Amino acid sequence: MTEPQQSIGLRVSRYRPETDDAPGWQEYDVPLRDEWTVLDALNHVKNEVDPTLSFRWSCRMGICGSCGMNVDGEPRLTCGTFLVDHLPGPVRVEPLANFHVARDLVIDMTDFMEKLPRVKPWIIRDEEMSVDDGEYLQTPEELDAYKQFSMCINCMLCYAACPVYGLDPDFIGPAAIALAERYDLDSRDHGARERLDVLIEHEGVWGCTFVGECTKVCPKHVDPAGAIQRYKLKAAKESVKAVLLPRGAR
Amino acid sequence: MTKRRVEPFVWLMFSGGGVLAAVFLPVLAFLFALAYPLGWLSPPDHDHLSAVLGHPLTVLFLLGFFVLLLVHSAHRFRYTLYDGLQIKARRATAVLCYGAAAVGALAAVVLLV
Amino acid sequence: MSEVRAYRRTLSTWWWVRKPSYFLFVMRELSSIFVAWFVLYLLLLIAAVGRGDAAYQDFLDFAAHPVVVVVNVVALAFVVLHTVTWFSLTPKAMAARIGGRPVPPAAVIASQYVGLAVVSAFVVWLVSR
Repeated sequence: MTEPQQSIGLRVSRYRPETDDAPGWQEYDVPLRDEWTVLDALNHVKNEVDPTLSFRWSCRMGICGSCGMNVDGEPRLTCGTFLVDHLPGPVRVEPLANFHVARDLVIDMTDFMEKLPRVKPWIIRDEEMSVDDGEYLQTPEELDAYKQFSMCINCMLCYAACPVYGLDPDFIGPAAIALAERYDLDSRDHGARERLDVLIEHEGVWGCTFVGECTKVCPKHVDPAGAIQRYKLKAAKESVKAVLLPRGAR
Repeated sequence: MTKRRVEPFVWLMFSGGGVLAAVFLPVLAFLFALAYPLGWLSPPDHDHLSAVLGHPLTVLFLLGFFVLLLVHSAHRFRYTLYDGLQIKARRATAVLCYGAAAVGALAAVVLLV
Repeated sequence: MSEVRAYRRTLSTWWWVRKPSYFLFVMRELSSIFVAWFVLYLLLLIAAVGRGDAAYQDFLDFAAHPVVVVVNVVALAFVVLHTVTWFSLTPKAMAARIGGRPVPPAAVIASQYVGLAVVSAFVVWLVSR
């Protein structure tokens, strides 16, 4: 009769740029509690075992998007990944895939921060209303049109899952395109043409080969893969119109 | 005015070829690569097949069919080379893939017309 | 942060063997080779028909050769993979709406299979006789 498992191993990727040439592994043992997530385990390590371990986290409830890491090879939010789902362990914890490692489990997100503003993820209007005119009104149907894509928490798990981004860092990536779609579909927005100009480039939507992993790993069910394919269709429609219709008409 | 880029048009041809391949190839491959040669079904007699192939509508359809399928294959294979084998010679790969498609298309035209 | 040496991890050439979904994706993409193969095969068939009955029969004999049969069986398997994956991806790529209501993905997928059946029946009818 074997005893129920009391603790679980963590196999954590460590990288100290001031002393290491490349990342290595460090093993820890943490208590196995039913309600503990990988994030709880990492915080236990940092508080009780090894204060030098570096990792990002904040809300611990799946809304801030800070704690994305690769757990047993899959991009996950560590605050939503339970230890008991990874028995018997050891649980392999690595920095989020496809990003440069700054230290331990912390990745360099400069690339994403540079790409996101390129798609102009804000309401663009031909004419701004004055504050005195009141709010922009929107029906529930108009909200539904873009709501799914507005759920993105910029956690970048989709970039970690996307083999195209892993192979070609120029690819603008799933979240950026999904957010462009969020604004294109917003009834208050008039900026679709500007965003299309960015995404019609080679490093825009065309690098995507519809692997579909981005949608699979998204913790907020955004479906970036669907957004990208629809964007390709949008680009194709606009391009055909540009050829068929005279310059004046649009 | 939308920026002029060739990618949307190539993608449209890729998609069209994908739909045609998905819908027509299973039956064509099953009949002409397996059922008829292996005698599971008796093959159409030569005169009938020749008449069907010679019909202008068939020629027109097959022309479009083969060209779009070749563009579909070339486009997909090009990206497979990038993603699978991580070939970095982008321009050479594109030229090779679409070039092969063009050669095939030319052969189709010559044969059919 | 500029003096920190960020470590760049590269993707192995075998990245696609590590996960079943990645593997299926690459197989799906490789179906493109077999689509091109059938284009060549059908062109050869058409050329043989053009040369006359004897050439046509010779082509059918060539097609019955075991090696050719094996190639074509594998190729047909990949073509079927293409069809099945293409049909299942279509609803994800379009936000289909009829009369303002979204069309359920299952309906889109089913209608494609109906199209496949109709086309196949038509081809069989056209070619037999």
